[in-house]
Amino acid sequence: MRYLIALTLILLPGLGWTDDWEDRLIFNEGAAGPRLRVVSSTDTVLFAPLIEGFVAQNPLISVEYLVSGTADINERVRATPDAFDVVVSSAMDLQLKLANDGYALPIDDIETPSWAQWHQSLFSFTTEPAAIVINRTAFEGQQLPQTRQQLIEALRERPEEFRGKVGTYDVRESGLGYLFATQDARASETYWRLMEVMGSLDVRLYCCSGEMINDLASGTILVAYNVLGSYAAIRTEGKDALEVILPTDFQTIMMRTALVSQTTQEPDAAEAFVRYLVTEKPASQNISSSLPPLTSQDGATDRETIGLNPALLTFLDDLKRRKFLSAWENAVIQ
Amino acid sequence: MTANPTVSGSLRNRLVLTLIGGAVVLAILLFFAVRNYAAQVAQQGQDNILEASVTSILDAAALRDGTLEVDIPYAAFSMLSTPSDDRVFYAIFQDGEFLSGYEDLRLANGLEDSDWSFKSGELRGERVRQVSASRTLVGLGRQTEIEVVLGQTQDALSQTLDQISRNAALLGLGFFLLAAALSFWVTSTTIGQLNKLTTSVTRRGPQDLSPFKKPVPREMAPLVMSLNSLMGRLDQSLSQSEDFIAEAAHRVRTPLATVRSYAEATLHRVERKENREALRAMVRAIDESSRAAGQLLDHAMITSRADRLEREDVDLVELIRELVQRLTPIAEMKELSLSLTGDPTVPYSGDPILIQNAVRNMIDNALKYAPADSTVEIEVTAKPEVRVSDSGPGFLPEEIDQLTRRFERGKNAVGTIGSGLGLTIAEDVATAHGGTLVLTNRPKGGACVILSL
Repeated sequence: MRYLIALTLILLPGLGWTDDWEDRLIFNEGAAGPRLRVVSSTDTVLFAPLIEGFVAQNPLISVEYLVSGTADINERVRATPDAFDVVVSSAMDLQLKLANDGYALPIDDIETPSWAQWHQSLFSFTTEPAAIVINRTAFEGQQLPQTRQQLIEALRERPEEFRGKVGTYDVRESGLGYLFATQDARASETYWRLMEVMGSLDVRLYCCSGEMINDLASGTILVAYNVLGSYAAIRTEGKDALEVILPTDFQTIMMRTALVSQTTQEPDAAEAFVRYLVTEKPASQNISSSLPPLTSQDGATDRETIGLNPALLTFLDDLKRRKFLSAWENAVIQ
Repeated sequence: MTANPTVSGSLRNRLVLTLIGGAVVLAILLFFAVRNYAAQVAQQGQDNILEASVTSILDAAALRDGTLEVDIPYAAFSMLSTPSDDRVFYAIFQDGEFLSGYEDLRLANGLEDSDWSFKSGELRGERVRQVSASRTLVGLGRQTEIEVVLGQTQDALSQTLDQISRNAALLGLGFFLLAAALSFWVTSTTIGQLNKLTTSVTRRGPQDLSPFKKPVPREMAPLVMSLNSLMGRLDQSLSQSEDFIAEAAHRVRTPLATVRSYAEATLHRVERKENREALRAMVRAIDESSRAAGQLLDHAMITSRADRLEREDVDLVELIRELVQRLTPIAEMKELSLSLTGDPTVPYSGDPILIQNAVRNMIDNALKYAPADSTVEIEVTAKPEVRVSDSGPGFLPEEIDQLTRRFERGKNAVGTIGSGLGLTIAEDVATAHGGTLVLTNRPKGGACVILSL
């Protein structure tokens, strides 16, 4: 059943069925109680199990699930904050800025570690690393790159083979792509060298992880950088050709976050939904096609999880963003 | 008999109230002082961090090819992370024109006067601490001013303050409790000295007018001194008046004896019946006065001996027997007999003259009230106890407690010779020896006086 939905959802956007949304689906339609409008950047296939679990527990509540890109979500919420009850996004910086700017309703008594929430109004419920995904056919008989440096070397060795066949986020369009790029740039200069190499190979730019993986699977591209590990892991199931590599030099790990809109019409139901995401989530982690749970940061020193703190506002500054984008364009678009 | 003093206020209450009141005031002052100081320190801490953040932003500003670039360092906002996740607002202006950040954050007025300005205000419904600073950049032929405003909510600060307030309150409470306990202790030890003096005054014997010698705190020395001098004067005037009475009695007794012998002689010579009657009444009155004077002398003697009791080992039975032998003629004149019973010997250490005097007064009393042809029984036991019983009318139960007072006589004593001093003397002797005098009535009728030594 789920795969049927997934299939429909993948096909539907092409048919222009939705009203500007990448996807729109109503769960538990016809329920007597309130209807929650959840706007999210997560593909419905991945998020559906969570909503199904929620409406099973709260049969009176129906959920309208709206999918769009992270940057688009940010703009829509700022334009019409009362049009949504819950905002779920992978772009932590944009979410934190929403909360900082007062778009989020504080929820007092959700039990979650202090690093996994901000200002009692922004709550993270998954930990997802950025990954390099490779189509194995391009590396037959060769060792797979494990670090960014090895990837750079591999790309430089066979430029003709990879020309036009590498992909990454278009950080100008994707909020998550921008977050990954800025955190990578903070972590190491290697990022810029990799971007220069990819730029010299006529890199293809994508808005979303899903499309990148589709193109990888079809062989349109052979290497994708900074793909969401969770998407990759699920999509590569049954596709032996794809290899998900979590780089060993350093990792960029994102936490998917949810907030309740300050102007929600259904505060109780919205609170219950966020509470469900944060507290009930680990119980359903055996569902293979679901999002990875929030994992503790304790002792994981080599794994760099992006912190939920005001520093995320830095790269959202107009001047800073302009500067970063121009540097990025200089490196990538040649 | 004791007059209750007029009580106005209480030293203990006044001391305790003053000390505790002082402790309350001090505790409250302590609470506010600690809280205010902590608030200042906490605010200073937040200001310092905001200042550092603004400085790092200003430092990151540069003129490149004539355009202003501000490359906000990651640490500038990272350092503003607080446990309460305080919200952060910032704005960057170039020559007063808004450039980037939060447009509703206004520049502080009067920034021209000094480079830095700190103020507290409201932004988006929350209390915000706001810092503004500016810097002048000089490029090629161009000069521009960059201003940075940084605001932060104060949730963490107020949480810290709440915690400090709680601790300060606990500190104040602890201080108060300690001070209160201390003031109770100090008060009770101070008042305790007074109580000690009161007890030692109360415990004194009725005749004890000697000065207080126990050590007292310096502040109480004047009180004890005036108490001692009062008692000294009292003692002096008491002994003076007793000396006077003894002297007076002595002076009265000798002429009385002369008057009596003249009266007796005259009685033998006159023959008219009414004259003899008058003379007999005269002799009786002289006897009564003489006896009263004798008892007064006895009493004065006993008081002085009792004050300086000299004990010697005697046999009570022997002592009483001698007395009984001396009194037997007097008893026989009244057609009464005396019987001495009890233990064969009763050794005792006491003043024989006082004891004889006391028992004589007891026997005298019994002889006065016993009916004719009856026996006055004297019993000496080894308790030691001397019991004198008669078969007269006995004591009236309602006045039995008052009969040992000086000059107090029973209602049924009318028509009998007596001064009212006899039982007083007996009781004084008993008290001087650490004993008691008990007056009872015998079940078969008649009085019984028990002298326990």
